[in-house]
Amino acid sequence: MSQAVVGKKYGIEQTEVSAIQRMQRVKIARLVDDNDKKPMVGRVKGVEVTIPIVYGSISFWLGKKAAESTHKWTTYVRSATNEDLSVLVKKVVFQLHPSFEKPTRTIEAAPFELSESGWGEFEIGITIYFHPDVGEKPLELFHHLKLYADDESIPQTTKKPVVVESYDEIVLSEPMEASFGRLRNHPVARVTGNPSSPLVLPAGESSLDRKGRDTKDHALVQWFMKHSEAEDLNLLTTARQQVWAAAAKLKKELGSLENEVLRIKATTH
Amino acid sequence: MGDAKDILGLPKLGERGSTEKRKTPKDAIKKPDGIHREVYALTGGLPPIMPTLDPVSIKKRTLPSKKISWQWLPFSTSARTDNLQLYHWVRIIDDSQPSGDYAFAKYNKVVDSIRYTDEEYNQLLVDSSWSREETDRLFDMCEQFDLRFIVIADRFTPPRTVEELKHRYYSAAKAILQARAGPNDDLSDHSFFKDSYNVNHEVERKKALNIILSQSRQQDREDAEVIAEARRITEARLKAKGLEESQVSTRAALHVDTTPARLPSPAATGDISFLSVPVTVASTTSVQVTPVPTPASAPSSTPVQTSAPIPASTTPVSAPPPVGPRPPRVYLRGAWLAQQIHSVVSPAGVRTSKRVDQMLEEYGVRSKPKVPTAAVCAEHLELRRELLNLIQLQKQVQYKENELAILRENPYAEIPATPNTPKRPHRGLENERVSTRATAVGAEFEGFPSSGKPSFHIILVQ
Repeated sequence: MSQAVVGKKYGIEQTEVSAIQRMQRVKIARLVDDNDKKPMVGRVKGVEVTIPIVYGSISFWLGKKAAESTHKWTTYVRSATNEDLSVLVKKVVFQLHPSFEKPTRTIEAAPFELSESGWGEFEIGITIYFHPDVGEKPLELFHHLKLYADDESIPQTTKKPVVVESYDEIVLSEPMEASFGRLRNHPVARVTGNPSSPLVLPAGESSLDRKGRDTKDHALVQWFMKHSEAEDLNLLTTARQQVWAAAAKLKKELGSLENEVLRIKATTH
Repeated sequence: MGDAKDILGLPKLGERGSTEKRKTPKDAIKKPDGIHREVYALTGGLPPIMPTLDPVSIKKRTLPSKKISWQWLPFSTSARTDNLQLYHWVRIIDDSQPSGDYAFAKYNKVVDSIRYTDEEYNQLLVDSSWSREETDRLFDMCEQFDLRFIVIADRFTPPRTVEELKHRYYSAAKAILQARAGPNDDLSDHSFFKDSYNVNHEVERKKALNIILSQSRQQDREDAEVIAEARRITEARLKAKGLEESQVSTRAALHVDTTPARLPSPAATGDISFLSVPVTVASTTSVQVTPVPTPASAPSSTPVQTSAPIPASTTPVSAPPPVGPRPPRVYLRGAWLAQQIHSVVSPAGVRTSKRVDQMLEEYGVRSKPKVPTAAVCAEHLELRRELLNLIQLQKQVQYKENELAILRENPYAEIPATPNTPKRPHRGLENERVSTRATAVGAEFEGFPSSGKPSFHIILVQ
């Protein structure tokens, strides 16, 4: 309708406008068709999508009056930047200790977390299932649930929880085109590399508003740890420099030793 | 023992006025009755600790309560159709004979023989290659020889193969049984129908067996090798396909590319069945095997195919094995780094990898980075590689020093290829090294009167 008005405004023929509209509709239809019929056309070569995640647990002591379950804990998988993971992750399955009722817990919507109460520490198996158009196998992680702080001198307090988080990155190398389209403009992911072939992709989903699915305003956000690569990087670079220096020294030594040997051999043989 | 002492004339224990007539110790020591004195003496002259058989009881055996005797009696058996009277010994207990059939009659198994009437023959069994007399003779012999077809074939005139005889007999018997069976009888349980005789299959099978039997030992070995290779290849392919299939099931079914992968595999299995022609197959399969160095990594995205039977690798496999430098499709960077580390460091050996870990600790670096981002992982891997390099350099330096030491002691010594000289601790003894070098140089200098060149200085560069 507005198109027709525009057409009139700019003096384009009515027929032309309708033709353009028809073409656009056909294009969209074809795109949609393509998406419906062949959602996995192929992979985007030369591209890597990195989604940094953090997984772990936060555990609160319930105080002296607590009964058999002395702690209330939450285990979760979240995006390292607290973005919404559901664009990539379809569901997360937490495998708890067999002593829990129904130890296989499936969380199918963001935020991907599970809260329980208990008294014991154990290893939680976390399996991350991706959306079908990502077309990948589920990833498995393990996290040891920690309820008691290392420092035994400080008495337990209900105010401060025991937080254990691990940083890792999900890397999709050469992802499927459909999911790539979704992910490339989404703040949860980082894209490296350039697609080696021209792409016909649906528009990214960054325009869609997904309120409440990210963890930026999560109840426990105050306890989330910061994970920065700076410390590791610094350590590594200094170490590398030292090693490089030592290697250079050794190389020189080797050279001189070799010369020695040659000299002796030359004089005696 | 007492005897021995007597013989030797040695004084006995507790001698009491020995010149008197000696009470022979035999009577004094003899205690038991029922066993001989010497046997008793074997035990050391003392009664055994545990009570054994009461010697009194050894003498007699209890007589059997019943009266048993044997009689030579005639018997008959249900297994014989004639009325032959045979005799045998029978054990009689208390005047009564054992009853029942001859014990071995139960082993007389017979085959149910099938005979046809003339009508049945004319209706069902008329065959172009078998005359009536031949069929009659066949059935007679089957009954006589209990379906032992080998024997029948030997005696059959005109001579026919075992397969022909079997085929004729079984098909005839089946036809007869089917014709006779009423509507209620269930024939499917009868062994003729359950395991029906397939004459062509049998002929082929025996031919194949003959071939195998007559093959030479070398051909046997060749065959075994080829089969093993083929099995390995198919297993690898199945594994790759299994991975593929689990991915395909998560995606939409319309995936055209996977079909080329399915086509070659029947061809591959077809190859195996033709192994009865061994030699030529060996050459062709070896051609197939070599271009697939690690079959597991064949389904990768890079085009890898030479001969047709290898599955076309345009099929995108979403989970190629994380072998070598190729990363899997989706992975956690921490786990991937660990694999990379392993593939880089492990070829050097367990000791070196432990040494690398040690050195990492010395530099204050964790063996697994806490925040595995791409940059961090790359740095970490590079650091490990450099540490490995450092260790190798250290080894080289050590080796060179050893060489030098040998040369010093014996300037004409031949340096062996492998350093089997005693190792010297290389750390922290740098000063010592320098000094030995200096002194050695000095000694050499003196011992070479011919080398009067004053400019022959050694400049030790550190």
